[in-house]
Amino acid sequence: MSTTRRRRPGQVDPGQLSHGQAEPGQLDHGQLSRVHDGHRDDEVRHIGHGRMPRKEDARFLRGRGRFVDDIALPGLLHLAILRSPLAHARIVRIDTTAAQAHPKVKLVVTGEMLANLPGGGLAWMPTLADDVQAVLATDKVRFQGQEVAFVVATDRYAARDALELIDVEYEPLPPVVDARTALDPDAPVVRDDLVAAGKPGPPNHCFDWEAGDRAAVDAIFARDDVVTVRQEMVYPRVHPAPLETCGAVADFDPIEQTLTVWCTSQAPHAHRTLFASLIGLPEHRIRVISPDIGGGFGNKVPIYPGYLCAIVASRLLGRPVKWTEDRYENLVSTAFARDYLMTGEIAATRDGKILAVRATVLADHGAFNAVAVPSRYPAGFFGGVFTGSYDIGAAYCRVTAVYTNKAPGGVAYACSFRITEAVYLIERLVDCLAAELGVDPVELRRRNLLRPDQFPYRTATGWTYDSGNYEATLDEALRLAGYEQLRREQAERRACGELMGIGVSFFTEAVGAGPRRHMDIKGLGMADTASLVVHPSGGAELRVSCQTQGQGHETTFAQIVAEELGIPPEDIRVVHGDTERTPYGLGTYGSRSTAVSGAAAALAARRVRETARQIAAAMLEVSPDDLRWTKGSFHVAGDESSAVTIGQIARFAYGPDLPEHLESGLRAELSYDPPALTNPYGCYICVVDIDPATAVVTVRRFIAVDDCGTRINPMIVEGQVHRGLTDGIGMALMQMIAFDELGNCLAGSLMDYLLPSALEVPNFETAATVTPSPHHPLGAKGIGESATVGSPPAIVNAVVDALRPLGVRHIDMPLTPSRVWAAMRGRTAS
Amino acid sequence: MWVTVTVNGERVRHDVEPRLLLVHFLRDDLGLTGTHWGCDTSNCGACAVWLDGEPVKSCTVLTVMADGHEVRTVEGLETAGELDVVQQAFLACHGVQCGFCTPGMLMTARALLDRNPDPSEEQIREAISGQVCRCTGYASIVRAIRWAAAEEQRRRAAAAEGRP
Repeated sequence: MSTTRRRRPGQVDPGQLSHGQAEPGQLDHGQLSRVHDGHRDDEVRHIGHGRMPRKEDARFLRGRGRFVDDIALPGLLHLAILRSPLAHARIVRIDTTAAQAHPKVKLVVTGEMLANLPGGGLAWMPTLADDVQAVLATDKVRFQGQEVAFVVATDRYAARDALELIDVEYEPLPPVVDARTALDPDAPVVRDDLVAAGKPGPPNHCFDWEAGDRAAVDAIFARDDVVTVRQEMVYPRVHPAPLETCGAVADFDPIEQTLTVWCTSQAPHAHRTLFASLIGLPEHRIRVISPDIGGGFGNKVPIYPGYLCAIVASRLLGRPVKWTEDRYENLVSTAFARDYLMTGEIAATRDGKILAVRATVLADHGAFNAVAVPSRYPAGFFGGVFTGSYDIGAAYCRVTAVYTNKAPGGVAYACSFRITEAVYLIERLVDCLAAELGVDPVELRRRNLLRPDQFPYRTATGWTYDSGNYEATLDEALRLAGYEQLRREQAERRACGELMGIGVSFFTEAVGAGPRRHMDIKGLGMADTASLVVHPSGGAELRVSCQTQGQGHETTFAQIVAEELGIPPEDIRVVHGDTERTPYGLGTYGSRSTAVSGAAAALAARRVRETARQIAAAMLEVSPDDLRWTKGSFHVAGDESSAVTIGQIARFAYGPDLPEHLESGLRAELSYDPPALTNPYGCYICVVDIDPATAVVTVRRFIAVDDCGTRINPMIVEGQVHRGLTDGIGMALMQMIAFDELGNCLAGSLMDYLLPSALEVPNFETAATVTPSPHHPLGAKGIGESATVGSPPAIVNAVVDALRPLGVRHIDMPLTPSRVWAAMRGRTAS
Repeated sequence: MWVTVTVNGERVRHDVEPRLLLVHFLRDDLGLTGTHWGCDTSNCGACAVWLDGEPVKSCTVLTVMADGHEVRTVEGLETAGELDVVQQAFLACHGVQCGFCTPGMLMTARALLDRNPDPSEEQIREAISGQVCRCTGYASIVRAIRWAAAEEQRRRAAAAEGRP
């Protein structure tokens, strides 16, 4: 990759704005961020303390974060897992004799031993979807890297040594690697266990999922007055690859019959419930602690065999046991994402009014269906939102999921339950249609974007978008990009034989699941709880059921409470990630934290405020109705000198003079069941240059205008956007979990699975429009996954735009030099 | 075998296996868990520490290679209870999200500024290109290092003029 970074004249250099504004709380804004009426970002509607530095940074900066692998306990043992070298093979024999004889080994366990554990077998476990997954293989291995046995030893090196001493005899079987062959009549059978249990249909068939009105769509495509475009596209298998791999420390107390599990979990309460159902200990005897988490992005939502192995080992040995996977294990066995083979079709009038969209998807779910999605939506939210941000009257999709001899997963990596795939499909189709019609892709989008008066908008497949002012966001992105000027520059460069491309995407997200009556995971409704206590000193503790993996919850949630109660954020402690110290909730994924837990926190604070009003009325000997709230205090209407602060109220609330009809203390606990999803959206513009001699794509500029409703801490919001844009560059240009024909994973290390470094990403140009959610207490919509969802199509559209003079209409991601090179010469490269 | 290593200014003597990686020595034997481990292949840089003042990836250094040498980790960046300027900068510029890459980034940033007190953006990106961050998209980290450079220049100028 070229390290040269071009900057157009007049382009803002974020670094230049940074100096001389060092004071915390008075930080520079980094980017020129604007609302659509041209105000600076600091005038964008946000909550109270805005860009305050993060409270949690104090420990991370000093190396005092507490990650799972940092946990050290007396007598700690180390667990290592033996994994299958083959994608598909029958296990003939496992000999653990030599491993057990190793002087530092305390325990060796195979699948057969798990199956025969007293109190019920644990060789298999339920997945988060409606399937089971082998904890340790008993009959055969179904993907390379599958768990076969584990060893517990006194140190991590000895545990690894002992793995080498386990002798497994495999009988290789032909694997199913290409999902397109999985339903062939002569395809090898991946899940003979399900077939033996009576599963109907083709053996490797997992499920079908439909949405929309097929007949109405077919009728439109059959009309002779419409223009139709069809494009096959692959959203390749990728992996979230958080920098911290997955792991657990399990500590079983045989006297108290209690189990403490530190684990890399984005959903500690849900994980505790699932552990309880698996191991025969009730939840009140299990404590799950998710300490600092080194990135999750969906990778740390599922239950992994390694967690259970550590738990089983600790129960068998009565000692704490640590399992930390290495990078190979993380990449080859934990939740991957995407792997959608899509055929998209779009129909429009000749003047560019889109009438219908049709999508046919083959989904590769790997060897076990272990997707983490709300149970009623096995294909995630794809079917609800694949008409994107446009007013499209008719839509139909059919998703067919199959089993293959690859690692399980499919929903992870900031995908908002498969909205990544949906947005990619529609945004590529719109660009293909624009090319077909000879219309500028921006103009075609403008003709079809939803209008503000159409909200709440019901999609053709029956989902509702809460609010939006899409054209304003589009215009802001075009203005920041200097779109017309870019097109002129492109024409000039093309005349000189240079390859410059401009790509646009417009996306609409659907995040913040529940409502719980529609959304559950394993029967657990997707609600979250906040518990707020104001102490006699006037400081507060907020306990939340979501779990940060870097999103800055300790700051954002303190800001929410500060805004509602007028307590300084530094006097508010946010507690999370420990089932013993936090109320129940479903955790952090699908951009749920602000949308669900943030709402719970705000409403709990408002409930505290109402209690405080009653107490203040007693203090001032007036009716509660006579009191007025100004941030942080109540006063008698018309007499501001009468004000009592929230701190004074708190002190009184615990004191002897509190009237008997009031309950002592100042606290509230509230579970928030979202009335609907929220719909963040945005418009992204990407400018690329392609080296004609090497086919290397360089992202020269990336303009991102995001509307996530109210921004609580715009600094943190921007950080989330930066991450997602970098994800997008990685997925569009570099990252893919590839396999050879034998099912060997070709991306088992960071030498093979390429993640963007600082040299591959530009200085992002971010901006905001603000259209609050009408149903969220703060008007916030969530931002965690927007940029990951929205950015890949902008990059691919830009590359295809650059190559249009060469007759290129589509290239599948990742747009590596070899693929671009082949496309430039009219070929496709693998 | 016995090794003697000076870690953050303190001499420690330990009996280690010859194959023990420096990252595991620091984390498991000394309890200095600020240094993280992320990849096995020296691609991610989460384990970056200094060996005799040079940034190294401690997953690719044997502990015995550090025998008789000086190691500095993120725990040794703070002096007399005051954060190093690069630490202050990462706080001011939102250079931290999950915190896992942070220690390695800080050690590399400090090493860069010690060699080049006024690095360009290109030089900063080059310097941290051996470190992976999955959260920030690097923009805020680049900005933080530039901020730190400017702040140190300001402090030097102020010191030269006798100002605080």
